[in-house]
Amino acid sequence: MTTEVQIQPRAATTPAWAMLRTLGGIALISGLLVALVYQFTLPIIAENQRVLTEKAVFRVLPGAVGKRDFVITPEGGLAPAEAGASGDLIYGAYDAEGRLLGLAITGSGPGYAGPVKVMFAYDPSCDCITGSKVLQSNETPGFGDKLDFDPDFLKNFEALDARLDAAGTALANAIVTVKHGTKSEPWQIDAITGATISSKAMGRAANSAAQRAVPAIERDLAVLTSPPSP
Amino acid sequence: MPELLNPQEKLTPDTFLRGLWQENPVFVMLLGMCPVLAVTSTTLNAIAMGLATTFVLVCSSLLISLLRNWIPKQVRIASYIVIIATFVTIVDYAIQAISLELYAALGAFIQLIVVNCVILGRAEAYASKQRLHTTLVNSLGMGVGFTLALLALGTVREVLGNGTLLGIPLFGPDFQPWLVMILPPGGFFVLGVWLLLFNWLRQSKVRRAAQFSGAPVDAR
Repeated sequence: MTTEVQIQPRAATTPAWAMLRTLGGIALISGLLVALVYQFTLPIIAENQRVLTEKAVFRVLPGAVGKRDFVITPEGGLAPAEAGASGDLIYGAYDAEGRLLGLAITGSGPGYAGPVKVMFAYDPSCDCITGSKVLQSNETPGFGDKLDFDPDFLKNFEALDARLDAAGTALANAIVTVKHGTKSEPWQIDAITGATISSKAMGRAANSAAQRAVPAIERDLAVLTSPPSP
Repeated sequence: MPELLNPQEKLTPDTFLRGLWQENPVFVMLLGMCPVLAVTSTTLNAIAMGLATTFVLVCSSLLISLLRNWIPKQVRIASYIVIIATFVTIVDYAIQAISLELYAALGAFIQLIVVNCVILGRAEAYASKQRLHTTLVNSLGMGVGFTLALLALGTVREVLGNGTLLGIPLFGPDFQPWLVMILPPGGFFVLGVWLLLFNWLRQSKVRRAAQFSGAPVDAR
């Protein structure tokens, strides 16, 4: 009884259409604004993304001046990344004469605070990883962020062995992170003291990147070295 | 709050300055603590976050003030949220267009501006009742106050925790950074010290005023 009495005068002061009109109108303005800004910023953001990737590729492969994108096809080979091609991206880096310098491959591993995404340089002439750059990580400042700067740790990535096994479908020796000071094989990564979990994430990232990309690279090396089709 | 007593506020310098000192969103009202603590590990992040929040605050307050006679009371919160979310999305795209590195550094806290109490508080307590020009000045003051507060934290944390200011080293290579300052606990430490300073200043002002008028000291 009392509730009815309370509701009626309120319904009379603000008819439903007024609320509908307001919410509908605001949603319309909102949608219009967001769509406009999205259309305007889309090409700029895509360009930023391209520049950022290019910068990372040129950093792990010093001396490179050109970059071409490839995707790993479902059959385990490589194809130039064109519109419509899907799959994991790898980046070929070329010098001024168009010679292949190496490839940039990406992988990620679970770190201390979320995934650590890393770009590695792979050199097909020595079958090894020759450089690294962390693309994304939330590791603790002062410990985990040494991954990109600690000179002793970076020595691991001067020639990290990533040879394939006889079948050519996986690495002969999985890349692993070992305790600081116990590295004995070329496919092992010597951990940073005090940042073992972050170092392990780096090892997992290297292993996942190499296991996925190296078989495809070795299979279709011709695609990488051939000049781009016009 | 003065604006509750004065339904249509006249534009005075105080309209702007309130946000900086008397009603500073961070140091007095303690609103929006989440970005205050989370993204102030460097000065640049603090500036970017402050500017982004100011933009959303000013734009959404203006639109709400413009539509204030048109929004029924029952759907006002929903309307405010949609308006605020619109401008947050715009800022989100804008920062991605300006710098992806900055976007990665600020992380989820750009999207979280939408639930920043400073903005919803301004919409509810001020913009929905006041005319357009006073709303512009008031929300701008609040935004600047918020940015300055973030800057106060960000500068101290970056200098102590990283030994740099805006990325420029200050102390030379022998400086051992005070790492805890850029970690979350450092945010609480620095905020605590700033709050202590602000409250001490405010109280000593109250005490001085009481001495002059001869009234008993408010021992708050």
